[in-house]
This record gives sequence, C-alpha cells and structure tokens, in this order.
Amino acid sequence: MAACRRVRQVNNIMIRKSLLSVLGLTGASAAHADWALNMPKGITELSAETYDLHMMVFWWCVAIGIVVFGVMIFSLFKHRKSVGAEPASFSHSTTAEVLWTAIPCVILLIMAVPAAETMIRLEDSRDPDVSIVVTGYQWKWHYKYQDEGVEFYSSLALPSVEARPKQSGVDPFSVENYLLEVDRPLVVPRGKKVRLLMTSNDVNHAWYVPELAIKKDAIPGIINEAWFRAEETGTFRGQCAELCGKDHGYMPIVVEVVEADAYQAWVDTRKAGDAQVAQMEK
Amino acid sequence: MTTAVADSHEAHEDHGPAKGLTRWLFTTNHKDIGTMYLIFSLVMFFVGGAMALIIRSELATPGLQFVHPEFFNQMTTVHALVMVFGAVMPAFVGLANWMIPMMIGAPDMALPRMNNWSFWILPVAFGMLISTLFMPGGAPASGWTMYPPLVLQTGDAFPFLIFSVHLMGLSSIMGAINIIVTILNMRAPDMWLLKMPMFVWTWLITAYLLIAVMPVLAGAVTMLLTDQFFGTSFFLAAGGGDPVMFQHIFWFFGHPEVYIMILPAFGVVSEIIPTFSRKPLFGHDSMVYAASCIAFLSFIVWAHHMFTVGMPLSGQLFFMFATMLIAVPTGVKIFNWVATMWRGAMTFETPMLFSLAFVFLFTIGGFSGLMLAVAPADIQYHDTYFVVAHFHYVLVPGSIFALMAGAYYWLPKWTGHMYNETAGKWHFWLSTIFVNLTFFPMHFLGLAGMPRRIPDYSTQFTDFNTMASVGAIGFGVSQLIFVYVLLTAKKGAHATDRVWEAPRGLEWTVPSPAPYHTFDTPPKLRVAQESFE
Repeated sequence: MAACRRVRQVNNIMIRKSLLSVLGLTGASAAHADWALNMPKGITELSAETYDLHMMVFWWCVAIGIVVFGVMIFSLFKHRKSVGAEPASFSHSTTAEVLWTAIPCVILLIMAVPAAETMIRLEDSRDPDVSIVVTGYQWKWHYKYQDEGVEFYSSLALPSVEARPKQSGVDPFSVENYLLEVDRPLVVPRGKKVRLLMTSNDVNHAWYVPELAIKKDAIPGIINEAWFRAEETGTFRGQCAELCGKDHGYMPIVVEVVEADAYQAWVDTRKAGDAQVAQMEK
Repeated sequence: MTTAVADSHEAHEDHGPAKGLTRWLFTTNHKDIGTMYLIFSLVMFFVGGAMALIIRSELATPGLQFVHPEFFNQMTTVHALVMVFGAVMPAFVGLANWMIPMMIGAPDMALPRMNNWSFWILPVAFGMLISTLFMPGGAPASGWTMYPPLVLQTGDAFPFLIFSVHLMGLSSIMGAINIIVTILNMRAPDMWLLKMPMFVWTWLITAYLLIAVMPVLAGAVTMLLTDQFFGTSFFLAAGGGDPVMFQHIFWFFGHPEVYIMILPAFGVVSEIIPTFSRKPLFGHDSMVYAASCIAFLSFIVWAHHMFTVGMPLSGQLFFMFATMLIAVPTGVKIFNWVATMWRGAMTFETPMLFSLAFVFLFTIGGFSGLMLAVAPADIQYHDTYFVVAHFHYVLVPGSIFALMAGAYYWLPKWTGHMYNETAGKWHFWLSTIFVNLTFFPMHFLGLAGMPRRIPDYSTQFTDFNTMASVGAIGFGVSQLIFVYVLLTAKKGAHATDRVWEAPRGLEWTVPSPAPYHTFDTPPKLRVAQESFE
C-alpha cells in the first residue's frame, strides 16, 4: 500500500516536472515533493468508495467529452466554408433528439445507484467505538472525547504562527508542514469506528480531512455527525473548509491514527496530565 | 421592408436624442439605456477584475506578500458581488435592452421610464457597495453568500451591504418586468411565441426566474438586518433561530441565479452559431423546452450547495438525483449546437470564435458540475478550489465569453462600422489561453484539498497557484484589447444592414447603425424572412 503510494507520488512528480517545463516554471519550486493531481484515495473504506465514484464519473465525462468534442472538431475542420462546404438546411431529427435525451438518462442512472449506496453508508454513524465532540472556534478546534474524559484545544503550531505574518522574514518553504501543523493533534485508534459530533461556539466552520473523506459543517446550535474507521496508521492533515473570518486559513486539523494499545496509552497519559493540571488549578 | 423602416426613421429625425448629459440622465430610449447598461457592466468588469488580480497576486506564492487576511476576505466578497450583480447581470440586461425590441419588431421597451429608473439605481447601489471599502471595519468579508453568523460580524459596512443588495434586486425585478411585458405584448403581429428568436426566449424565461427569486434574496437579507439591529433571531441559535435556514433561503435564490447568468448566454450563442454555420438552429423548439426544463429544475436543486450542512439522508438523495437530471436538458442544448454546426459552412469571425469556445469550455464546466452533483464526491469537492474552478468555467468562458461574442456580433449594428477583426482575434486567442491557464489548475488544487477563500496556503499547493496567477494577470491584460476594439469601433469600414453573410432576424432589416427609433410600424416577420432567401 505504502509502496504503491510512493510509486504514485513518483509518477506525479514526473508528470509535474514535464508539465512545468512546458510552462517554463520549473526553477521556482523544485524543493517540495508532496504534490498531487487527483483526490487522495484515503485510508477508510468509504474514502476509497468516494474515490472510485469520483473516478467513475470522471471517466464517463471523458468518454462523453471525446464523443461530443470529437464530432465538433471533425465538423470544425470538415464543414467550413474555406474548404468549400455547402450548408445543408436540416433543422430537426426526432430520432437524434430522442436518442440524446434517452442515453444521458441511462448514464445518469448508472451513476446514481452506486452514489446513493455510498451516501447511505456515509450516513450510518450507529454503534461507534469512540465518540468525540468537535467544536469550532474562531480560530481553533476543540476536541472532547466523550467516554475517556479527555479534552483539549488544537491550534496552529508555533513555527507556522511565526512564519505567517506579512514581512515575518521566515520563508514558508523552510517551515515543515507550513499551515498544516497543530500543537495538539487529534489521536484516534486504527480499526475502530470513530464518531465525530460537530458543533461550533461562534460562526460556521467545517471540519475537513481529505484522507478520511470527511467534510462536515460545524454550526452553532446544531450537532452534526460524521464517522470514519481508519485502516492505516499515520498522520493525516486537513483544514477548516467554511469561511469563518480573518484566520479561516489558519485553523488546520491534524489526525494521528495509532494502534489501539498506543491509543490507550495516550489516553492514560492525557488523563493523568489533565488531572495534574486540575490539581494545580485548585 | 427596409423602405418602411427608412420612412419611419426620416419621420423621427426631428426628435432624435437630446444633447448633453440630460440625454443620458432622462433618456427613455431602449438603445441609450442598453448602451449605459453595457458601459456600466464593462466598468464593473474591470473593477471586479482588479479585485481578482489582488487575490491572485497574493496567492501567487505561499506566505503573505501584499494584503492582510481581513482585506483578502473583503476582496473575495466584493469581487463576487461586483461580478455577479454589477458585471454579468447588467451586461445581459444591456443586450436585452438593445436587441429584444429590435428582434421582435417593437419600437421600444414597454415601460420606458421604469427602464431608465432600473438602470440609474445601479450606479447608486454599486457606489454604496464600493464605498464600504473605506468604512471602519472595511467592506463585507463574509463571502458573497453572506452566511450568518459570520456576516453579522461585519463592521459599519453591514447596513450598506444589505441596502445595496436590496437596490440591485429592485433594479433586476423592474428590468425583468419590463422584459416580460415587452416580449408578451409588443411582438410583430405574425411572430407567435415559438417563432421568437432564442435570445428572446431565453430572456423571457430568465426574467421569470428573476421575478421569482430576487424577492427571496431581499427577504433573506432583511432578516439579517433585523437580526443585527432589531433583536430578532431568525438565524441566531442562541435565540432559537437556525443559521442553516439562511443557507436554504439564500440558495433558493442562489441556484436559479446561476441560470439567470447562463440562460441569456445560451440565447446569444444560439443566435451566433447558426449565422456563421449558415444553417438554421437545430431543434429550435427543443431548445425552448430544454431551457424551460432547466429553469424549472433550478428551483428544486438548491440544497446541492449544502451537502455538508447535515441534511437528512432522504434530502441529500433527492437533491442529488434532481441535480443530476439537469445534465439532460443541458446536454440537449449542447448537442443541438453541435448539430447546428454539422454540415454547415462555417467561418470563424470573432463572435463565432467566442461562441465555439463557449460551447467547449462551458461543457467542461458542465462536466465538473456533473461530478459535483454526486453527493459523496461533492463532500470531498465542497468548498475547495474544485468548486472555484467549476463555477469560474461556467461564468468566465461561459457567461462572459457569450457576452463578448454578443458584443462583437452586434457591435457593427450599433456603431454602423466593422470593428477591428485582427484585434478581435487577438482578444479571443489570448483570453482563451489565459482563461484556461487560470482556472484549469484550480481543479487539481481542489482535488488535492486546498480550501477556498484562504489568503495563504501550504507549500505543496504552490505550483498550480503560481500558474493560476500568471493566467489571471494575462487574462486581465488581454481584456484591454477589447477596450481598444471599442475605442476604435467607428474607424472600420461601413457595415451593411445585414452586417454578416447569413444572419436571420428582424434586427438585420434595419439600417446600420440602427436609427434612434426603429419599427414605429410593426414589421411582418414573414416578409423579412423572405427577403433573406
């Protein structure tokens, strides 16, 4: 899986280099490698399903495009006055019109069925193993693990905070994961059903992590649900996706997927730490 | 036919246009008002374009270079409002004012004084909107969608935003009433409905959409106003209101609004492609039914803008299916245009080039639209640059290319001279190359997960952003060629009455330039068409 992804990445880099050299833009940006042309396949069953749906519709569009643009381009070369074409005078064809109404309907049906199936699975957030309340703030996230008694804020990490102002003097390329790093990531166990309960403390936000195929609005006064079951460990990044004011671009999301025992160990340390803080506050 | 027109023209020579500023202030002439609409929208196109260039300059490389995030958000908001309500919509109303009376054989619009008023409201509305840039707290920065609760954090600009939206709506509603009344009452006696040119048809449908949805927008923003100043809680959760309700009401307006900006564009290219293919429009009646179908569907798909707000499953499925259905009538239109070209004898003057690019590039926007309709995939695309790419493809090489095509097509009829064809071709080719360089890479950015409306981004998004910025600057500069074409529009050879080789429509029976008053006596459509054989 990881090897497969690396191959994909190498391919992407090669495509990118050729694209850029065509445009003469290579020099400026050879340093960063994490570059993509397509939606990530992600690390959950549903993110892979979403990716497949996306590719299916995409290839249908390519096929329709080849037919329509093919006919059009043929006509543009063949039926031009300068090559002596004589205009025909027809303006109707019931057969053609029935066909090009009926065929798209069939194609749409072929797309709609799997899309509806995925949609139904996406909405099934029953029986979670872990429930986390996610609250959007201007401009950070707050996570509260419902049964574990762990809660914390998650904000933009310090190196990005120092680099982001105008004339900060810090080159964004020198900051690792510029604008996509937080001080405290969300930690979740691999292979467990995690349910997120989203809400907001002020304005609308949206919690978006592409590799989990989750984007859900966090809206004041409303609790929205989303769920995922991560199949791989690793660090996955996303951002707030709903305009929420001046620092909308500065409230990233980082999810760390770890094995179940590592997760339990993390919960225990957090709990001990929180208890200590509570003790000190007394 | 032509003699009848010439006679009536002579009879009116004594009361031609008034002189000086009052001609434009008090005019009730559809041609004068059309000209004012078109010039106003061109000015707004450059104002909104300048804002787009500020946005693209900031996004050319990571890190903040030129503006602060607050100002960046003001730019994205005002850019959209100016382009939607100030550039695209008034430009189509301008074309409607100029061309609908001449296409249906009417002497003027049915309600000329209201016509004057609906134009002159616009400079006031946009003067007010743009003045908010200089107010404490700056211009509105909540996105043109004005979602609460964020929009309620706007500074002093807030009531001015609401009032300017009210005025734009007022102007649009009056314009729409005028167009409907004109089309339904003042056609040439033998032009029954299905004989109307496509541009007239699409505008008739558009005008109904405007009347249906502009009051809805006015209601939504009024509720924002009372939430802010009069203690109501329509959209405030703390007082028992619902922030999502605003989104439902807004998009009930917003989705038909999308078709308000594209249906007249369909009309324009449906006039141009037959002319330069030297062949009648394929499936005129099915084009009418398709446009009506699109208009109807536009009322029942609004929540596809809201797949991430947390709707019930049944709602999401309904809006997904309904949205996918729009592909059918839209497909019919595209197939009909291709069938019109098929076995024609095409030539490629500037209006035809813009129309062909419209068909190609609008179709690409249609493809990404179909992808966006698939709800699970939309959850990934939503609020990323994929959406930005999609709606700019349907609005820039869609609506704006159609407007350019229309302007080149009818310019000789307006000025009486042929425009500079070489400059026109340069304008076309540069616009087409740069528009794709600007917006195509945005698809990749969105798929890779770059959200919209952010002033700065992580470094892996750099390459495509740089490309888009280069493209945007190139596109902006290319539009100056259009200004050059307009400034030299009267220098070319004299245009004949018919201007092009094979156009068919009443507007080509009057002299070029079109006299101040046309069709004082209603023409006979059949006679005009016979004269074209």
